Amino acid sequence: MNELLLIVTVGGSRVALPAAAVESVVELDTLIPVPRAPAHVAGLSALRSRVLTVIDCMQSLELGATDCTNGIREAAVVEVDGHHYALIVDVVEDVVEALSDPSAVRAAMGAGWERVSKGMVETEEGPLLLIDIEKLIAGTATEARAA
Amino acid sequence: MDDLIADFVAECREMLEALGGEIVAWEAQPDDRARLDSIFRFVHTVKGNCGFFDFPRLEALSHAAEDALADVRASRRTPDAALVSAVLAIIDRIGEMIGCIEAGEDFPAGDDSSLIAALAPGAEGAAAPVAAAIAEGKGGAASAPRTIRLSVELLDRVMSGVSDMVLARNELARRLRETPTDVTVDGAFERLSGIIAEMRDAITRTRMQRIENLFVALPRMVRDLSAELGKQVLVDIDGGDVELDREMIEMIRDPLTHIIRNAVDHGIETPADRIKGGKREIGLLCVSARQSGNQILIDIVDDGRGIDGKKLVEKAISSGALGKAEASALSPREQLALIFEAGLSTAKEVTAISGRGVGMDVVRSNVERIGGIVEVDSKLGEGTRMTLRVPLTLTIIPALTVSIANQHFAIPRSAIEEIVRVNGGSVTLDRIGGAGVATIRGRRVPEVSLAEVLGLQSGVSDEEGSLVVLRPAGGDVYALAVDRIHDHEELVVKPAAPAVMATGLYAGTTLADDGSPILLFDPAGVAQVGGVKLEAQERSARVVEVATTTAQRDNSVLLFRGLDGGRRALRLAVVDRIEEVDRKAVRKAAGQLRVQLGDTILPLAGAEALEKGEEKVRVFRLNDGSHEIGYAFREVIDLMPMDGELIPADNPGAVSGVTLIGEEPAELVDAHWLFSNHLGAAVKPADRGVCRLPSDDPWMQNMLRPIVEAAGYVVIGEEDELIPDLVIASDDRPVESSDKAKTIVLRSDPEGEDGESIYRYDRAGLLMALKAASGRGK
Repeated sequence: MNELLLIVTVGGSRVALPAAAVESVVELDTLIPVPRAPAHVAGLSALRSRVLTVIDCMQSLELGATDCTNGIREAAVVEVDGHHYALIVDVVEDVVEALSDPSAVRAAMGAGWERVSKGMVETEEGPLLLIDIEKLIAGTATEARAA
Repeated sequence: MDDLIADFVAECREMLEALGGEIVAWEAQPDDRARLDSIFRFVHTVKGNCGFFDFPRLEALSHAAEDALADVRASRRTPDAALVSAVLAIIDRIGEMIGCIEAGEDFPAGDDSSLIAALAPGAEGAAAPVAAAIAEGKGGAASAPRTIRLSVELLDRVMSGVSDMVLARNELARRLRETPTDVTVDGAFERLSGIIAEMRDAITRTRMQRIENLFVALPRMVRDLSAELGKQVLVDIDGGDVELDREMIEMIRDPLTHIIRNAVDHGIETPADRIKGGKREIGLLCVSARQSGNQILIDIVDDGRGIDGKKLVEKAISSGALGKAEASALSPREQLALIFEAGLSTAKEVTAISGRGVGMDVVRSNVERIGGIVEVDSKLGEGTRMTLRVPLTLTIIPALTVSIANQHFAIPRSAIEEIVRVNGGSVTLDRIGGAGVATIRGRRVPEVSLAEVLGLQSGVSDEEGSLVVLRPAGGDVYALAVDRIHDHEELVVKPAAPAVMATGLYAGTTLADDGSPILLFDPAGVAQVGGVKLEAQERSARVVEVATTTAQRDNSVLLFRGLDGGRRALRLAVVDRIEEVDRKAVRKAAGQLRVQLGDTILPLAGAEALEKGEEKVRVFRLNDGSHEIGYAFREVIDLMPMDGELIPADNPGAVSGVTLIGEEPAELVDAHWLFSNHLGAAVKPADRGVCRLPSDDPWMQNMLRPIVEAAGYVVIGEEDELIPDLVIASDDRPVESSDKAKTIVLRSDPEGEDGESIYRYDRAGLLMALKAASGRGK
């Protein structure tokens, strides 16, 4: 098992994203809000002539809103169903190799984390939570309906 | 028409090619269900199209093959070698005939009955060897314009490449503006820009088509179908200006045709049944297209008998497609959705037009293949609505950018009627019951505040803003209040992420020249979120209502305002449909005003007051059964019963008299006079039966005449010189009949026993007599 993982920090917690799904890591400067969109859609941004839908991971994980006012934010760019998304994270750290298959997390996590969890993987840096990117993008179901 | 035939040929060729392998596989394994289905679909499609194009031999062949295959599909028959080779022989013959059609030749002489006979169970031997191949080596095809068939995938790649190129150019333009550049660089860039724009136009054109191209064939098809079935159907088509990917149009052609055939065949009842059911005898079929978000919605609404969900469930249970327990759990909507299951049909009889219970499953699979959805909604006895939702693909559209609270948005230019400044003298804003109403040069339109819809704080006061008057495709106008109007731009629109589309406000996203993302509004969606009711929705609600409340009214008239402002009425029976054309399509030619509608040119009446300034002209398409003329008007007021007395005009003319309709006087347009006057030499009375009606009998003139005319007669009065083939008289006023003419005597007493006369409301009897007389007259 040598899947590569991208370690990022969201809301102060270190988590892992499947590195194969991440196209690039960018610094977002412009952010155009989308009125009436669900709360976890922070807005739109552009990258090399492509529109990115920016997802606020904090909102999606029900951890509160990321403060986007102070300019540049780091984000991981992923493609899901032909649409490009930028996932706003606190910090992008490193790429590591997974040392195990994901296994269920038996400890009690927050509801938001529970929803996007793909399980726990062992790495050289210790156990990390593997995030399901599609669920992260979908946000909370209630928010999607309220839209 | 030639285009359609070319499409038909191309489609058949394509299917034949694809079928080549299937046929062989089926021969090896006759019980292979998937192969059987695809062959079945081929003959079914050919049959369907043939009915429309009038190729009786092709139709007979494909119908026979379809029948045999349907038996196999329903497990009433097991496929054997004889059946397989008989079907193959028929497919070969179809291929040859299509070759002939393509080359523009007649079919080779010969009889198909041996082929058809070979299909019968237990038929001996293979079919007779097919006639010599004809399509080969013919020089005829060389004169046709050179075309090649490209895969849409390739076109998509080119299209997306061009889109990216446009965006790259925009970015380059921005960078060039930021840095001082050499004038020669600017020149070269300008040229590059021009070339890219040209290329983009060309590539866009290869893919986009007005849906009108699809709709234009429908009235004729419905007309032929309804004539064949002895029904009367009025077609109302709306939203032909909606543009759609060419491929999409091709992909929805078959499903749409199928749904309409079903609607006419099974939905709309015979005139007698309709009257019994308390409806107008003329069925109404509305086909409308509109854009909503990144989807095109096509509604096909009929006011026929509707679909019986319970019957469908019973059928599904008896055919084993559905368990009893499952069936009881179905919601009414799910019951209706059963019509999309293979092998179900509620029609009692199988007709040549539809109703074998195939079709709807084919329709659904075709629509779903292109990422669309078919929905059905029906009320038993009131009508059925079928909705096709198909996606709009990658497009480049001209748009207007506006801003609210300093954020930019784009509005598709095609939906924009005009832009007005609020502080101009011609505009007033009022609030009525909390809702905004803008009065623009006397016209009241609902106003939607963009700031409110978006939940943003408007940066300017109401008076400083601007109003964008929008008309969503197929909908009604409303005014959108925005802070500022910016620029016209050509934007490459890409679908936005699902979470963004789910708001219903946006049609997609795009990048502006400065490289920042912009959201493109969906005008219909904004109206909906803003609470404005669109006309298209209201209208569909009204259809059902009209159908139920105007029971047993033979004398419905369409009340409208003419171009000169006059309040007029036309008998509904002569109005085929309503069209809107460019002012340019109306011109004086060969001695009178004529209007171009699609491929046909019709004489145009009622256009004396046509003003130069008008851009669009609305035209009634009047039909007397064999000829058409146009009648220009300003607006339709309503559909009304004509219950007042008709005060005849002094002189024969475009107006036959004045009557009270809806408590105000209206002039009744004399459709017969219009036809006789405007068609002029175009009508050869010899081609049609001539019927004499007493010209002073109002019942005859008002009630009977339209029926007689619809039956294909030229109606004359006593003083006319034409020799009638048929004389109609009432029993209280006998007329002497000439020996050449047949006489129909009508009595006003339903119980009359003389056996000679016909009760004057016995419509079926009347039509029969008219038909019999016309048969004799010719």
